[in-house]
Amino acid sequence: MKTWVTPGGVHPPENKHQSLTMPIATLPLPEKLLIPLSQHIGTPAVPCVEVGKKVLKGQKIAEANGPLSVPMHAPTSGIISAIEHRPIAHSSGMLAPCIEITSDGRDKWKKHDGFEDVENATPAALVKAIGEAGIAGMGGAGFPSAIKLSPGYQRPIHTLIVNATECEPYITADDSAIRERAAEIIEGIGILSHILGNPSNIMIGIEDNKPEAIAALEPHVVDTGISVVSFPTKYPSGGEKQLIYILTGKEIPSGDLPADIGMVCVNIGTTYAVKRAIVDGEPLISRVTTMTGDACGINRNYETLIGTSVSHMLANSEFNQDGCSRLVMGGPMMGFSLTSADVPIVKTTNCILAPSYEEIPEDDPAQPCIRCGMCAEACPVSLLPQQLFWYSQADDHERLEAHNLFDCIECGACSYVCPSNIPLVQHYRHSKGEIQKARAEKVRSDHARERFEFHQQRIEQAEKDKEAKRAARREAAEQAKAKAAASPDKSASTAGGGAADIIAAAQARAAAKKVSPEQQQAKFERSIAGAEMRLQMAEEKLADAGEGQTDEQNNILTAAVEGARQKLEQAKGRLAEHIKQHNGEQVD
Amino acid sequence: MIEAIAQQPILAALIALVGLGILFGALLGFAAEKFKVEGDPIVEQIDELLPQTQCGQCGFPGCRPYAESIASGDAINKCPPGGQATINSIANLLDVPAPELDAEHGEEADLRTVAYIREDECIGCTKCIQACPVDAILGAAKLMHTVIANECTGCDLCVEPCPVDCIDMLPVQETIKEWHWPAPPTTADLIASDRSPSAIGGPQL
Repeated sequence: MKTWVTPGGVHPPENKHQSLTMPIATLPLPEKLLIPLSQHIGTPAVPCVEVGKKVLKGQKIAEANGPLSVPMHAPTSGIISAIEHRPIAHSSGMLAPCIEITSDGRDKWKKHDGFEDVENATPAALVKAIGEAGIAGMGGAGFPSAIKLSPGYQRPIHTLIVNATECEPYITADDSAIRERAAEIIEGIGILSHILGNPSNIMIGIEDNKPEAIAALEPHVVDTGISVVSFPTKYPSGGEKQLIYILTGKEIPSGDLPADIGMVCVNIGTTYAVKRAIVDGEPLISRVTTMTGDACGINRNYETLIGTSVSHMLANSEFNQDGCSRLVMGGPMMGFSLTSADVPIVKTTNCILAPSYEEIPEDDPAQPCIRCGMCAEACPVSLLPQQLFWYSQADDHERLEAHNLFDCIECGACSYVCPSNIPLVQHYRHSKGEIQKARAEKVRSDHARERFEFHQQRIEQAEKDKEAKRAARREAAEQAKAKAAASPDKSASTAGGGAADIIAAAQARAAAKKVSPEQQQAKFERSIAGAEMRLQMAEEKLADAGEGQTDEQNNILTAAVEGARQKLEQAKGRLAEHIKQHNGEQVD
Repeated sequence: MIEAIAQQPILAALIALVGLGILFGALLGFAAEKFKVEGDPIVEQIDELLPQTQCGQCGFPGCRPYAESIASGDAINKCPPGGQATINSIANLLDVPAPELDAEHGEEADLRTVAYIREDECIGCTKCIQACPVDAILGAAKLMHTVIANECTGCDLCVEPCPVDCIDMLPVQETIKEWHWPAPPTTADLIASDRSPSAIGGPQL
């Protein structure tokens, strides 16, 4: 089949044979597993378990938060022992929210079933199941797979590309998975094809340095409409846009997605995870990770539970710390150095590289750029790395964007060929971060401006309203004055009459409220009777208590009697006053 | 008539030029009315570059008044929240040399800050609410107030009016999502023998 050739690219030593001598193995069950809530692009998942809760293998422990998110599942059975911020594998070395599971050693699965009739299941149901299984792109970026598979409903997808390139040196996770699991991978591709409405063109893109993997795939693709396309090995052929160009000769416009030209590209590891999720009902809780590098006695691939710490992996691989120049997560070209080995393997971790000092020595210091142009020849995206380097040093954001900095895939080919050892990719990453920060700040300042302007407007409006009210009052007062001046007699009489009316009305209301003197007197008499009764009761109590009581209790009772007596006197006084007043009124 | 004019070249030239003058004059007059620019566009552009903290450290009541002042010739280095980056971009826009930040108006902060009200101590006087230029403080008389951290520009204006000093300006912690790669060391300060032993050593396990 015809393939196209991408511009640029480099041929670093492959170093893949070391980890391919043995089949995929399983590590001993670690005591503790640490599952970061954000292992994908998008919003972190939200825990749906509490500390101390028992969970079974495959049980959901964190829910997806919004559409651009994936749930997390327990990789083994055990107890949730912590939900807190922990160090994760991130270049910043910062902490991130994680769920820790202490294994109970039984590794007991929850009950799980796959789809019984995949062929008749609706694509929507399958996509939902893929989302529920927590599958995020396993090639490295970790884009939630359910979203990638959804555009098929709006736009016809004519080409499905499965990325088995694995172009980066040292990494063999996909290679070994294909060798051992070809049938399941093809089954997974079949499911994806069904979801995407059976695209006419299904291709597995693979570099020609993996003859065993190609041989393993070929018997399974017979009569399936899937073609295995191999092409010459070159780094970086495994980038999504690069692979699509190699296989179809089509370029994806800057800023667009493959779906915009009717294509979907998934990693081959993802197809295996899809098969496990749909056919077996198993969520994504483990992945194949390569453990390689001369500082490890054992170089091989492991089926690793998500959340296994790197140190656990090293401890089981005859790791020699003194001989290790650095620990890299990912490959030597695009991976990043770890500052600690106590960080977990996540859904996107395809390789742990522990090289010796001879293998990957310390970086030589950077020398000045001599403008040789080798980086421009190596760039697979046809950018001008040397120009970007200058603008990056000068923080010239405008020109960086004009030179399409954001199309840089950070493959590291330019840094690899640079005779002056300039860490070009680091400069680009820094500038990308700075530009994104500036954009965020711009959004924030625009928002603040809007709020400030609204605030000003509101204050002005309040001031205006106040002024208007004041003016209205002044006008009303003036009018009244003018009226009074125009007809003094009439206005005086009406005003006087009005006042008299108000007084009369108030008096009438007061009279209506007043109870008759007789009623009042009866009320006072009732209260006297009540008070007398209470006094009597208190006295009786005091008498009953007699001698047997302590002084304190006696005092209380005496005080009660005294109080009741006072109340009675008050009531009597009130009645007397009332009678006197009433009589006085009558006399008047 | 045309013949008469053709006979007199000077008159012909005069009529032609006056005619053209009237025509273009009318055209320009029409364009000036039709495409009239409201306000001063340079003020808008400067205002775009200012950080919109509305803090008043420049001596103007907000960013827009300062932008207007710059447009009419004021110094461009009076904005500490924007710092050197803002000065540089305004200098670039106006095509003038970029001066250092004027220390008289304050210093450039390393970290973005937001106001935080210690809620137990708040007496509900509403003074900070009135001081806030972006309405980022929530509360009512004799009730506790609080700052909407997302809306706060960190302008400091609420700190001074508080009678019980219960407002702190706290630095905003960078999250893992906001983090980005630091700049690699430049060639000038990267000499192998100057590097600390820890930088050369292997991973700390």
